[in-house]
Amino acid sequence: MSKQLSQILDAYQDEKGTLIPILQEVQGEFGYLSEEALSEIAKFLEISQNEIYGVVTFYTQFRFTPPPEHTIKVCLGTACHVRNGADILDVVERELDIQPGGITKNHQFGLERVACFGCCALAPVMVVDNNVHAKMTVPKAKQILAKYGWEGKGT
Amino acid sequence: MTFDEIQRRAISKWEALEASEKPRIFIGTATCGRSAGALAVRETIEAELERRRIDAIITEVGCIGLCYAEPLMDITKPGRPRICYGNVTPEIATQLIEDYIVNDNPCSDLALGTIGDGSIEGIPKFFDLAVLKPQVRISLRNCGFIDPENINHYIARGGYSGLAKALGVSPEAVIDEVWKSGLRGRGGAGFPTARKWKFCRGAAGEEKYIICNADEGDPGAFMDRDLLEGDPHSMLEGMLIGAYAIGAAEGYIYCRAEYPLAIARLNIALQQMREYGLLGDNILGSDFSFDIRIKEGAGAFVCGEETALMMSIEGKRGMPRSRPPFPAISGLWGKPTNINNVETWANVSAILQRGGEWFASYGTEKSKGTKNFSLAGKVKRTGLIEVPMGITIRQIVYGIGGGIPADKKFKGVQTGGPSGGCLPASALDLPVDYESLTAAGSIMGSGGMIVMDEDTCMVDMARYFLTFTQAESCGKCVPCRVGTRQMLDILERVSKGNGEPDDIEKLEKLAITVRDCSLCALGGTAPNPVLTTIRYFRDEYEAHINEKRCPALVCKALISYYILPEKCEGCGICLRDCPVEAISGGKRMVHIIDQDRCTKCGTCLDVCPPRFSAVVKVSGQHITVPEKPIPVSVSKGKKG
Repeated sequence: MSKQLSQILDAYQDEKGTLIPILQEVQGEFGYLSEEALSEIAKFLEISQNEIYGVVTFYTQFRFTPPPEHTIKVCLGTACHVRNGADILDVVERELDIQPGGITKNHQFGLERVACFGCCALAPVMVVDNNVHAKMTVPKAKQILAKYGWEGKGT
Repeated sequence: MTFDEIQRRAISKWEALEASEKPRIFIGTATCGRSAGALAVRETIEAELERRRIDAIITEVGCIGLCYAEPLMDITKPGRPRICYGNVTPEIATQLIEDYIVNDNPCSDLALGTIGDGSIEGIPKFFDLAVLKPQVRISLRNCGFIDPENINHYIARGGYSGLAKALGVSPEAVIDEVWKSGLRGRGGAGFPTARKWKFCRGAAGEEKYIICNADEGDPGAFMDRDLLEGDPHSMLEGMLIGAYAIGAAEGYIYCRAEYPLAIARLNIALQQMREYGLLGDNILGSDFSFDIRIKEGAGAFVCGEETALMMSIEGKRGMPRSRPPFPAISGLWGKPTNINNVETWANVSAILQRGGEWFASYGTEKSKGTKNFSLAGKVKRTGLIEVPMGITIRQIVYGIGGGIPADKKFKGVQTGGPSGGCLPASALDLPVDYESLTAAGSIMGSGGMIVMDEDTCMVDMARYFLTFTQAESCGKCVPCRVGTRQMLDILERVSKGNGEPDDIEKLEKLAITVRDCSLCALGGTAPNPVLTTIRYFRDEYEAHINEKRCPALVCKALISYYILPEKCEGCGICLRDCPVEAISGGKRMVHIIDQDRCTKCGTCLDVCPPRFSAVVKVSGQHITVPEKPIPVSVSKGKKG
């Protein structure tokens, strides 16, 4: 087991209800949940890997593969929806040639659709990594992708 | 330290700050302010003050609710009222430092209003503005006024005096005070808070739990985020009071991970409470001991449901279970548990500070106090508002919200998120209280309020909410898992123009089954958006099904964009901006949209210069255009 992983687990001795916080911290450290990590967590908590897999797949936060360089989250909350957030998602999907949940071939961008960031007054919004881009338009979406280094389809 | 000493120290610090000879600058840096650029404004202010060697006090405050005018920056000069400025850019901030702080010109044209005693010519009083006048601030009493990372600010404005009062009387007397206030749960269902507490207090067992539900999952709702970011202690004090009343020694805050700033501020608040003896063993020297942990959600809407939320805290899949037993009898780890949401807890602290009767003086007979709403959608002044119960929807939309942008027609308002309903224009004079909204087919909900105008399609809204609930259904019970899928399938085909004559009846039948047979409130309320849109906007469904037409011009499969040859000047703007290169033409050639390639994003309509207005959006209508681009002179010649 890697040193980082055992350090994380050590901090959770003798506590109840720790599975989700452990998964969150491990993913925060490594970017995703590897098979190795899951098997070590199972041993540590003395539960089956099967049970952990059930929890991991229930929550949208967790991932089994390394994250892309930049994550684009397009908000489709109610306020963004009535202000045409779907058009923003459309143009990003088309430009990056991926669907929500996907990652570009060069691992540069990942795309996610999100149900609400709570920035409804600035709708529609798109978040790249942790930067909120407010009052989005279709041309603005293309400019932002270019700003983050997207060079066009086939990259 | 006794509470009196803590309070005295906090007040003297606060008064010293108020009496400071230095100018004070307040910047709203809640998530909404940050998204609008508040941090860049702050950096500019710091650099500018440094450059000019001005000694000023900068305070980061939470959201005051005027999201439409973010970023907000307020300036107080000694002996003058505080001035609030809106839509502040780094350039405007620099200008305000020079003009007001240095040269004493308050720039009234940039100001929204003054706060506090005294007045400044040409600037209205902040709380007299149309957006604020109808509002009453109870749970949001400190948001925008205190530094949320400084417990002394909260204490100086009456904070923790409610807890001190509670600890001086019996738990039963605390429940009585909440009873007198008439407070009902602000998470949506509106169950009387005192009754819930009484059940839990009376439940057998030594070990009991308190939970704050901060898993604000409704899309279009951000009331709790703003409250936690702007004044975390008001909620925390409420939790302590509840724990004392019920007899709980441990509490959890279940907060969604999408709110990192709120979580950070809660952690700071908990740390400061420990330092002041407000958390841990023997709080304020009493026999009452209590501790709080934060649990971050991992992204599942259903975890807002109380039994699912407790499963998630226990580290399991967040699936609801049937009730009874209710959490007050058997909740977290099988022990009696009391759950209230953020806004309810923040009201509890105010009630103990100022009395149940004072709280009950606001609102209606059955719905006491105030309610927070996040007002968004097609309304001029979007933001976070707190209004007395009983206010009408018209007062909210037109008074506070300033009406619909671009003089469009009001179509409806959606309350309660995916569990709520869409109310039509005829409901504008409906009072906002639990009973009236329920009778109209919607619910109070947690407080999302989305305004819709003539450009919103109600079939599309129903489809949108069903897409959400269908995806978030945990899959445990059949009515919700299968029923929402079937309803969504019908709505999708209707919005694509493939609706069948009996689809409305099928939808209604399914909706009633899903509503009545689902295990938890997610499924039980998921049909509301469908039922209310059919009830109030049936003609729109019929237009989609019978005429294959979307009257609001929203449903993509039923609309087309055309460039009118007699109006096109061949300027090339739409051709250049079209994201899918669906427009052909050339300089001074009439442009033509390839209908097969068009993705109907509407960019051409947005960018066509208003003096030409050559692009039209239609549904159920065909417009004849040339097959190939022709010179503009030819098309004009034909017309002329």
